[in-house]
Amino acid sequence: MYLSTKETILIILVIAAGTFLTRSLPFILFPEGKKVPKYIHYLGKVLPYAMIGLLVVYCLRNTTFSGILTGKASCIPTGIAILCIIVLYKWKNNTLLSIAGGTALYMVLIQVFFK
Amino acid sequence: MEKQVKALKAALPHTIPVITGFLCLGVAYGVLMSANGYGAIWSFLMSLIAFCGSMQFVAIGLLCVSFDPVHAFIMALMVNARHLFYGLSLLKKYSGKGKLKFFLIYWLCDETFSINCSTTPPEGVDEGWFYFFISLINYLVWAFSSLLGGLLGNFIMFNTEGIDFALTALFVVIFLDGWKEQKNRIPALIGVGCSIVSIMIFGTENFIIPAMCMLLVVLTIGRGKLEGEKKACIYLQKKQSLSS
Repeated sequence: MYLSTKETILIILVIAAGTFLTRSLPFILFPEGKKVPKYIHYLGKVLPYAMIGLLVVYCLRNTTFSGILTGKASCIPTGIAILCIIVLYKWKNNTLLSIAGGTALYMVLIQVFFK
Repeated sequence: MEKQVKALKAALPHTIPVITGFLCLGVAYGVLMSANGYGAIWSFLMSLIAFCGSMQFVAIGLLCVSFDPVHAFIMALMVNARHLFYGLSLLKKYSGKGKLKFFLIYWLCDETFSINCSTTPPEGVDEGWFYFFISLINYLVWAFSSLLGGLLGNFIMFNTEGIDFALTALFVVIFLDGWKEQKNRIPALIGVGCSIVSIMIFGTENFIIPAMCMLLVVLTIGRGKLEGEKKACIYLQKKQSLSS
């Protein structure tokens, strides 16, 4: 542990508060009985897909591309693992299998082949 | 009591894919916390109190640098900002649920959203309790798998480097799920595009909020084209039919 017990508990509570705020805000802003504007309704339909796209980029934000030839670029193991996820997903259509397979391959790649 | 039992029985099958997925990710989270010096009890507390999946992974980084609650709060808002849009999508469904509504909101996560948004309870089953039990099961499974991961973490002898890739894999799979439906591809690409542009301008550590602003602008400009063709939750319905 890097932080003290008190500090850790405080961090947990602060994160819980921030998270709960994001969960409850729409329900506070648009209470029952109040009509939801059409624009908000539209956003509620398209934003989930856009946000997932953002989350994928977020996870891959530190991928490096320099040194592809020498095998030092992190995009090589990451790319192979993602390809594996896509193939598994198209092949078996199984969420868990794709996640487990891709992660296992990634671990082997970075621990054994791309140290 | 009969009403609750009926709702629980109806809810349980819907959560099976999430139970398996959360077992894998929750254990990975507990193991990762353990590897960073935070034992099972801390994983358990974080999952029970904050219950925020991906943000909990981000929070490991926050727990391993100097104490900065303001930064943690802002990160929680940023990483979880997507909940705002889940809430918007569930405004109608969650209305009129009385005392259960607080829990429906507190336990709202990506997976619970995807099920509750795309499912309606079978006839004769109370709607509120049905959504309540789906939310509750997902919540408890996440909390107890992270506890389990924390306990196992002390015994796991193999090198866990790269296990956090499970999170990336989860989002990639959800992305692929959405991609199956033609109509979702443009919003998905807008999300990826805005994020990449935002990274190029603002750098990798501060890109989320600007990217979300760009998203809003692009989606607002493109509203005429995107609206009317879309049906919410199609990809989620597909996901369920495939995993069951």
